[in-house]
Amino acid sequence: MDRRKFLQLSGAGLGVSMLPLSGNLVAESKLTQSGIDLAVKKEFADVVLNSARKLGASYADVRIGRYLNQYVVTREMKVQNVVNTESIGMGIRVIANGTWGFAATNDLTTDGVARATRQAVATAKANAKYQQEPVQLAPVKGHGEVSWQTPIQKNAMQIPIAEKVDLLMEVNKSALDAGASYINSMLYLVNEQKYFASTDGSYIEQDVHRLWAPFSVTAVNKKTGGFRTRQGLSQPVGRGFEYLDGRTQDKIQSQTVLYRDSYDMTEDARLAAQQAQEKLTAKSVKPGKYDLVLDPSHLWLTIHESVGHPLELDRVLGYEANFAGTSFATLDKWRSGKFQYGSDRVNLYADKVQPGSLGAVGYDDEGVKTGNWDLVKDGVLVNYQAIRDQVHMLGQKESHGCCYADSWSSVQFQRMSNVSLSPGKEELSVDDMVKDVEKGIYIVGAGSFSIDQQRYNFQFGGQLFYEIENGKITGMVEDVAYQSNTQEFWNACSQVCDKRDYRLGGSFFDGKGQPSQISAVSHGSSTARFDGINVINTKRKLG
Amino acid sequence: MAILSRSEAKRILDKVLKYSRADEASAQLGGGETGNIRYARNSVSTSGIVNNTELAVEARFGKKSGVATINEFSDASLEKVMRRAEELAKLSPENPESMPILGPQKYMSVDGFAKSTADITPDQRAKAAADSIIAAKEKKVVAAGYLEDERAFAAVATSKGLFGYHAATSANFTVTMRTQNGLGSGWAESDVTDFASMNTGSSSSVAIDKALLSQKARALEPGKYTVVLEPNAVSGLMGYMLSGFNARSADEGRSFMSKKGGGNRIGEKMFDKRVHIYSDPANLNVPAQPWANSDFMPQERIDWVKDGVVKNLTRSRYWAKQSKSESVPEPNNLIMVGGDKSTEELIKNTRRGILVTRTWYIRMVDPQSLLLTGLTRDGTFYIENGKIQYPVKNFRFNESPVIMLNNIEDMGIPERVGMWGMSAMVPALKVRDFTFSSLSDAV
Repeated sequence: MDRRKFLQLSGAGLGVSMLPLSGNLVAESKLTQSGIDLAVKKEFADVVLNSARKLGASYADVRIGRYLNQYVVTREMKVQNVVNTESIGMGIRVIANGTWGFAATNDLTTDGVARATRQAVATAKANAKYQQEPVQLAPVKGHGEVSWQTPIQKNAMQIPIAEKVDLLMEVNKSALDAGASYINSMLYLVNEQKYFASTDGSYIEQDVHRLWAPFSVTAVNKKTGGFRTRQGLSQPVGRGFEYLDGRTQDKIQSQTVLYRDSYDMTEDARLAAQQAQEKLTAKSVKPGKYDLVLDPSHLWLTIHESVGHPLELDRVLGYEANFAGTSFATLDKWRSGKFQYGSDRVNLYADKVQPGSLGAVGYDDEGVKTGNWDLVKDGVLVNYQAIRDQVHMLGQKESHGCCYADSWSSVQFQRMSNVSLSPGKEELSVDDMVKDVEKGIYIVGAGSFSIDQQRYNFQFGGQLFYEIENGKITGMVEDVAYQSNTQEFWNACSQVCDKRDYRLGGSFFDGKGQPSQISAVSHGSSTARFDGINVINTKRKLG
Repeated sequence: MAILSRSEAKRILDKVLKYSRADEASAQLGGGETGNIRYARNSVSTSGIVNNTELAVEARFGKKSGVATINEFSDASLEKVMRRAEELAKLSPENPESMPILGPQKYMSVDGFAKSTADITPDQRAKAAADSIIAAKEKKVVAAGYLEDERAFAAVATSKGLFGYHAATSANFTVTMRTQNGLGSGWAESDVTDFASMNTGSSSSVAIDKALLSQKARALEPGKYTVVLEPNAVSGLMGYMLSGFNARSADEGRSFMSKKGGGNRIGEKMFDKRVHIYSDPANLNVPAQPWANSDFMPQERIDWVKDGVVKNLTRSRYWAKQSKSESVPEPNNLIMVGGDKSTEELIKNTRRGILVTRTWYIRMVDPQSLLLTGLTRDGTFYIENGKIQYPVKNFRFNESPVIMLNNIEDMGIPERVGMWGMSAMVPALKVRDFTFSSLSDAV
């Protein structure tokens, strides 16, 4: 009876993965049909904006959204579930008496829309009683009628289900043939058809596409009772179905095959099956200090948790104190202009336009044209991620353009933009980097992750760990997790490979807010080296 | 739409099933109203009310299944949703694990509906927030909190004659109080069926006291400590463990519940002999829906662990058939039997130890040993000679709840907490040799 529905996936190893599932279940054919006519949306929007003004709003915006999802869920040679959903409705946000008000409805009739507009203005006026800090909105010039689309080559929603099922069956067979005991594989597709209009004079049509193709392979040794899993190295992307083409030029031969802008799921599943078995007998790591060489398929999650989240201004200010927490990166540290977030090799930037990324859009959900900006420059903290009603607190005049709502029915708020580590300026390959490491561990893929509520202390696992001794990779190790403190960790960054190695990773379901909303975000980097990091051994024995 | 009565719900379900042309069909009708208010920096930030009633219909042709949902209930809409489910079923691939839809079941009668929660008004919500904010301002601390209340019903029916109806209310309040200097933080939760029994002001006082007391924390060396874990510190670890009480993953050899050489560990003594964990939808402290959402199997009182021995694991109907065992649905509540001591008494009997208010950001590190990592948060204190001596910096722990439940020294009186989307009764636990692996500067 929870308000948010979840798709329950049992049998995926321990526990149950819960996927957020929004909208009504519909037939596959619905996903390829076009949505509401543009002229109708503009007409609705103008009615809302005009009546909000008449009711006393000093500002109003309206989002008319059609959100499509498709999930294909399989295990071994079985299709467990195919889910298609569609959700259509309108969210109205206003400022009246210096206070925000919000209402949403899926009743897209003249009466329904008028009622929601009245509710939004009435809520603003009612909440104004408790308002201590009237909203200050950074100005945005109206964009007129504009549009933007994720640059995709193949619309994944238009690929027949049968083709998707065939692909996953081939992937699963490849893992089972290579000795996997079990495999769970999935396809998640998202298409947000969003229309935004505001009293600033913007009418913005956007068509946003995202895709993720994860799997998890398990190898079991029934004799010893041991089991190990290896998750796929695909990354969720802001691309079309072409991401699954697995082009040769996108492959990097390393200890396993790594992937740039496209992904060979079948190949990775075969390698995962072999590696899951290798993990069963790999040497258990000796705890201690190691130099870590972190592949982008791993480092994205460390960037996400230790840079992306602490530099969200709403966390810094205390708006998330009761849930996700606050941040160590307080305003006084930023104001000093000297806070050494990382070593001088460390340049971290926010980006809402990067092609192929999950966060890329033309305009954010409050009509701000997107761009990119520095967060940490030559190791020093220089900025945060902030939206229209926040930037004045930083003495800045323009929003950064990172406002997002996960549905027409959710109110938009500040969300993480893509946050990435700039590649090193000097030419440096991964082989060159490894050559200089005396005692280290090379880590591929994201694993277990945990960080405190102010983002100081963290612990990360991974998928594949290789020991480095005297400049050479000597073999696989297991039971590895590293612990550090955000500032110490980034100050221990001694090298970053050049742009040839730059790749994007990301999260499809980043959660924040109460009630909770999800968001998808990418993080890019080249392989980077961190010196003298504390590695623990995670092996425990039960009686 | 308001909460539908038993007869109103039955009328809609009967009607929609009559439209079925499929081999078998089932329908779930659920809905109600959820309200919330959120505040931070001693000021209300957002509030809202969401109303929704939704009907989900499943049609079956052999092993092919289709599900469609709708939130309109006219005759035409009901026919449309059934046609759509049938269309989806015909197009879908066969599910080899499909089990026949259930016939009539006997469900326990559960009283989980409180009028005070059903009748909650926006003014009451605002007052609940105001009581917390006023208490914070008086003590010069900063409040951030969230109240969510729900009144809801669920009804299920199948073409083979099954019918069930359940109405329930709940309210959950959490608050974090922080000192203005950023050096102290405290937290409290109240999870209730009956809103009249919720006092956000007194919960806020608990959080304020912890915030004020936790300032200027000292650093202790990480290592193995005796800990007094308050119920909210226990529940995070317990929730992870019980989500792994699954027969299929155990039988498949990929769980801490797997037996060396094959099979599962039902019947083995894996925990301290005092450990008794069970589910019971009719428990008055944590009333719950008396059937499983996944397949409408009746929920009854069932032991998961008794006298430290694993008694049951959840088992889907498909896996029950494959493994020639009884099917066991996933529970809707959990109760861990405790002792008769208050947390204060547990502290009083502790020579040296750490008091932990809550645990946070818990993640699986190794599913083989169920090793979890996470952190303490919002009130961690050093105990010596039966008294709280001073606040200590937060710790990261790396510990398995299986080991934790073997190292029990004493147990407190169970309290109601929110756990993994359900309500649970969990005692405070005094546990020896709990593994803290590093320090955190977070407040």
